Amino acid sequence: MGLPLMINNDDNNNNKVELSRVAVSDTHGEDSPYFAGWKAYDENPYDESHNPSGVIQMGLAENQVSFDLLESYLEKKNPEGSLWESKGSRGFRENALFQDYHGLKNFRQAMASFMEKIRGGKARFDPDRIVLTAGATAANELLTFILANPNDALLVPTPYYPGFDRDLRWRTGVRIVPIHCDSSNHFQITPEALEAAYKTARDANIRVRGVLITNPSNPLGATVQKKVLEDLLDFCVRKNIHLVSDEIYSGSVFHASEFTSVAEIVENIDDVSVKERVHIVYSLSKDLGLPGFRVGTIYSYNDNVVRTARRMSSFTLVSSQTQHMLASMLSDEEFTEKYIRINRERLRRRYETIVEGLKKEGVECLKGNAGLFCWMNLGFLLNTNTKEGELELWDVILKELKLNISPGSSCHCSEFGWFRVCFANMSEKTLKIALKRIHEFMDRRRKVLNC
Amino acid sequence: MKQLSTKVTSNGHGQDSSYFLGWEEYEKNPYDEIKNPNGMIQMGLAENQLCFDLIESWLAKNPDAASLKRNGQSIFKELALFQDYHGMPEFKKAMAEFMEEIRGNRVTFNPKKIVLAAGSTSANETLMFCLAEPGDAFLLPTPYYPGFDRDLKWRTGAEIVPIHCSSSNGFQITESALQQAYQQAHKLGLKVKGVLVTNPSNPLGTALTRRELNLLVDFITSKNIHLISDEIYSGTMFGFEQFISVMDVLKDKKLENTDVTKRVHVVYSLSKDLGLPGFRVGAIYSNDDMIVSAATKMSSFGLVSSQTQYLLSALLSDKKFTSQYLEENQKRLKSRQKRLVSGLESAGITCLRSNAGLFCWVDMRHLLDTNTFEAELDLWKKIVYNVKLNISPGSSCHCTEPGWFRVCFANMSEDTLDLALKRLKTFVESTDCGRMISRSSHERLKSLRKKTVSNWVFRVSWSDRVPDER
Repeated sequence: MGLPLMINNDDNNNNKVELSRVAVSDTHGEDSPYFAGWKAYDENPYDESHNPSGVIQMGLAENQVSFDLLESYLEKKNPEGSLWESKGSRGFRENALFQDYHGLKNFRQAMASFMEKIRGGKARFDPDRIVLTAGATAANELLTFILANPNDALLVPTPYYPGFDRDLRWRTGVRIVPIHCDSSNHFQITPEALEAAYKTARDANIRVRGVLITNPSNPLGATVQKKVLEDLLDFCVRKNIHLVSDEIYSGSVFHASEFTSVAEIVENIDDVSVKERVHIVYSLSKDLGLPGFRVGTIYSYNDNVVRTARRMSSFTLVSSQTQHMLASMLSDEEFTEKYIRINRERLRRRYETIVEGLKKEGVECLKGNAGLFCWMNLGFLLNTNTKEGELELWDVILKELKLNISPGSSCHCSEFGWFRVCFANMSEKTLKIALKRIHEFMDRRRKVLNC
Repeated sequence: MKQLSTKVTSNGHGQDSSYFLGWEEYEKNPYDEIKNPNGMIQMGLAENQLCFDLIESWLAKNPDAASLKRNGQSIFKELALFQDYHGMPEFKKAMAEFMEEIRGNRVTFNPKKIVLAAGSTSANETLMFCLAEPGDAFLLPTPYYPGFDRDLKWRTGAEIVPIHCSSSNGFQITESALQQAYQQAHKLGLKVKGVLVTNPSNPLGTALTRRELNLLVDFITSKNIHLISDEIYSGTMFGFEQFISVMDVLKDKKLENTDVTKRVHVVYSLSKDLGLPGFRVGAIYSNDDMIVSAATKMSSFGLVSSQTQYLLSALLSDKKFTSQYLEENQKRLKSRQKRLVSGLESAGITCLRSNAGLFCWVDMRHLLDTNTFEAELDLWKKIVYNVKLNISPGSSCHCTEPGWFRVCFANMSEDTLDLALKRLKTFVESTDCGRMISRSSHERLKSLRKKTVSNWVFRVSWSDRVPDER
């Protein structure tokens, strides 16, 4: 059989071989309260008939208001059911074999056209600059790998989506330096805040590679003003850094006219050295409510970035089955026009329902105009104006009201008492029940205070 | 000028290698039976196109699976919202059972230890992120799949140190080669975190023998390192013997529930066995809970589309289908391989005797002007540009001996394969060495056949296999 290998009695043998630092770190962020609330929901989920006193999930930014439109379109398109037999479609085998990291051409064209529709034609998108990735999660990480080296930093305005801590930092080794925003000006980014963040990084000897914003913002539920975008681009030019705009909620702006994409600003710029630093991330997870299908994209005005991103996308391609299914839907102008319009309208109505319902209880929200959530101010309910005070209140809301909402501290907000409350991932009826629970809680509190 | 990361400026993407350049040439002038009969025939793409008819007929009989329905009812919303990185339980169960079936149900796979990924490209990279720091090394037997240079090293910063294998023993892994590689890593100041093998091997088209597997398990035990076994071709085994997985060996050595087993990880994918590379379905299987946990979270960066999980869980749960498919797949691959091998023989060319995979490892050393890689590249260029066949030169697979080429046989029709072989034969006979070859080919083939037979005998005698074991 061959000589048995000598077993070395090295020190090595007694120690468990280590996993990488990445594997054992907690940069995945899953020990934060953001995720603890999800666990509470999983253990006792609300159900209209079976568990009416369960936890209502208001911490999940999903869009469930417009599925009927998608379902009826797909049903009409493929009444027989087979994805691959409809007229003009590629056969099964061709689709199953397609693993080209350029992506299906007609799907890229469809994405480009859909993104143009969302922006009301105010910006053009070249399908050859679209790189497909399995979700925006992958797109953001991929861009970070391309734009920054380990220990470099991206500047991100607070409050920001908790997932960025993992997506931008975990495997890339890149840091996030916050651009502090506060309620004094509706959390808009100011030039002073930008300079301060940049200085913080430089003082710590950290090289800044770019600014990453989410527009419309998560968790604020508000669009970034055009002037702020212009200032941001100026800042990036002056510092010679990149600007990444995650526009994943762009199709969820209640009134189309209120959204300015960075693409519109770049549209009017000829200077390539300015354009080349701008990159846009998009996904179908929010506007279309399809997070399970894993469709994300990077759009870059920089050829080098496009080429590299494309190659890197090998690690995170979109299933060709999914590309095929969605290609014709997204390029159907009549359908997309109708969908975008109705989706906006329904989200706006939901937003108004929740904001008005909260207002009746004396709870104010940030004035929002987009997204699947509102940014609620419960600062007046805190026992202490601290992170602990906020988490105490969050725990009460979770345990007593059985509502899972996201505390601002998990979004790195510099003010305490703000909470992100999602409204589009449930039926209208459930939303009303959530509001009723808040009403009852505030009622009880008022009675206690009045004693 | 704003800068980009070093990952952009490095060659870590690997796309300057001949492996990819051949593909580019093919894209410019692809063969088409009717529209472009003089075009380049793609023999550098390890795709399995032989059994689509079986899947297509299953789809016709089971329309719900691809149309997002369950028992005739739409489950569109449920699938559209499903983004749980734990993956669909029914799908993982189906994958586990399929993997068991491929291994003759001799070993079990726990669905809870499966982590899904967008293809084995993603699975292998994720495992690297979990097991290696930047600068750590994994040992890989040569020749190996060119894509590993990108998949294992590019974004992870890990290094590959080759375990040199040679034709003198059919490119099998030996103990001395393992030790040499380990020492070489140390010389280079690299910490070795593990060994990664592809079993069955790409590009060799051979399954690892029991002897090699035992050697590997002993080696990682003594060095206290990991073993990754990429078994992406496990369902393409067509030789008369059964596929032996590293999981078989762990079981046979009674190492289940030991520390060693926690350091053995299997990678799988449906891209080769089922011919579905476009659907991006890969998996990591590990007995180490920490790895499963970390890899599961990392899979957020490459989840499998829920639509695809649903379709394939229905397909793979149909045991009648899977057993018929595996058997038929095996038959068709075997007959294709035979066709390629005999066609090559009639051109005076031999291959490493293979029993798996979608390609053969072809010996064209006798066609080289000199025994150098420059000569190999010259020959490759002639074959690509003059003969219009895209095949993969051994140097792109880090082979230490010039003159070997990987030639794929399952990604084209029989007629196309025959045409390719005809072109090759014409080329060989037209060159000077070709003329010499055909004169003495009979003699040479006789001695070569002897050699391949003794390689074969060598392999069989080293395995534990009892003669009447299937």
